[in-house]
Amino acid sequence: MPAITHAPVMRVLEREWVVWRRLWRGSVFSYVVAPVLYLAAMGLGLGDLVQKGTGDVAGVSYLDFVTPGLMAASAVMMAAGESLWPVMAGVKWMGTYHAAVSTPIESDDVYIGTLLWTGVRTLLSATIFLAIAAVLGGVPSLWGVAAIPAAVLGALAISAPMVAWAVTQESDGPFAVVMRIVVFPLFLFSGTFFPVSRLPDAIEWIAFLSPLWHAVELCRGATTGGAAGANTLGAVVLHVVVLGTWIAVGVYFGVRTFRRVLTQ
Amino acid sequence: MSVVEGPVIAGKGLTKQFGEFVAVDGIDFQVEPGEAFGFLGPNGAGKTSTMRMIGCVSPISSGGLQVFGLDATTHGPEIRGRLGSVPQEDSLDTELTVYDNLLIYGRYFDLPRAEIKRRADELLEFMHLTDRRNDRVDPLSGGMKRRLTIARALVNQPEMLLLDEPTTGLDPQARHLLWERFYQLKRQGVTMVLTTHYMDEAEQLCDRLVIMDGGRIVAEGSPRELIARHSTREVVELRFPHGEARDAAVPKLSTTATRVEALPDRVLVYAHDGDEVAAMIDTHGIEVESMYPRRSTLEDVFLILTGRSLLED
Repeated sequence: MPAITHAPVMRVLEREWVVWRRLWRGSVFSYVVAPVLYLAAMGLGLGDLVQKGTGDVAGVSYLDFVTPGLMAASAVMMAAGESLWPVMAGVKWMGTYHAAVSTPIESDDVYIGTLLWTGVRTLLSATIFLAIAAVLGGVPSLWGVAAIPAAVLGALAISAPMVAWAVTQESDGPFAVVMRIVVFPLFLFSGTFFPVSRLPDAIEWIAFLSPLWHAVELCRGATTGGAAGANTLGAVVLHVVVLGTWIAVGVYFGVRTFRRVLTQ
Repeated sequence: MSVVEGPVIAGKGLTKQFGEFVAVDGIDFQVEPGEAFGFLGPNGAGKTSTMRMIGCVSPISSGGLQVFGLDATTHGPEIRGRLGSVPQEDSLDTELTVYDNLLIYGRYFDLPRAEIKRRADELLEFMHLTDRRNDRVDPLSGGMKRRLTIARALVNQPEMLLLDEPTTGLDPQARHLLWERFYQLKRQGVTMVLTTHYMDEAEQLCDRLVIMDGGRIVAEGSPRELIARHSTREVVELRFPHGEARDAAVPKLSTTATRVEALPDRVLVYAHDGDEVAAMIDTHGIEVESMYPRRSTLEDVFLILTGRSLLED
């Protein structure tokens, strides 16, 4: 019976799993320590000041406001980094993508498998993040569990187009530039630390393009139980559709760039 | 091993184009089961492009290509499942262990883990890597990485092995070890297709080969046939103390020798019998610095057919 477990794309996921199993120790920091540091600094430290100065932000305490922002942001930032250098290793530095496509694996499987692995990793990291945040008191609602798929969706929305682009590059030179001038500003200005309504009108629209903003809104709606963020069905659907569109566009280009680069 | 009716590979008018550039220009060839078949030619002759098409990682531009009797355009994954591919670049997971590399690759063929483990132990033994089984790949020597890449290509017990420049960049000892392994595989009935720009490698390994130049096949046959057909039995390499001695000698040599090739650094005199050339040099009083008689090789065949050396770029 040709079960899903025999699908070639599962073999690509399995490869990532074997790699991760050998090297997971290096990621403990980004999974556990980084969330604690971020939540302590922004949620508790800065949050205390904000609370005393301006009071609630968007109707909730600053800790409740910033926690889902940090959760979505850490998922998206991690996915962005994972979508660049490891892709260059696969296509150039080690050439493991080329090894894969000389077996029954197809270039589409390599792309989709890479993307799914980002999903699996984000699922893990977002779950850990949420658990830590709940302990620190930043997750007032049980709806908060819904923030996990929202974070995964945000990660896939940034990863799909970035992986599609990264595979076409001849060197990793442009990667640092993209992280600095695209990803890092997204991190700061996607409603992570303050509502996008505080942005000048002229650039507020950029936030609406940012996958991170949509993920933040979904996460915030979930962890606050609708007190802030996406709290209507219409808003939730809109954010999901935008993130889904980013993924669809990324996949459209990704299967093509992978085919062009790996099977020219 | 399944029985293949007819040729294992049949290429007809096989062409590969990259934009305007024609890398492979309508070649016809067949590879028979159990054969060791070579593509010999300089860099840029179209050997690797041909191998990538046979390996079903690069679509053909035009013409026809059948592998195991299946159309390469429509049966890629099925054909690749029965092939062992050794690319020019090792493409190993260098952060992982030797064993993990075999495991991952074996899983790409959907082999059960227990079966991969069994085969891995055998293959590591065969490739003299058993004591490195649990070591990371990164610090291994070039020869070891190559052996691991070949072990990896054998994990699915392929009916045919594709070797693209299998010993390029290796020292002589490492090359000889690989050649010896290839003989063993051949004895086991594995069809082998290899590319090389080393004429000694082609002579050692190939039952039959084609010489490629500029995307075309310029000659085809066994190494011995090609030499007999296109070259003489012996060649005398002459070096001269200065240019005038050389220029004076060439016309005199041309009167008796079958063929004279004046290269920048030496003159090659093709003759049935090298001793006759030596005698002629004596009787004509030709001034030479050194004289080295040898047998004709595929390098000579290539030079005669194309006017260029195999190792030129």
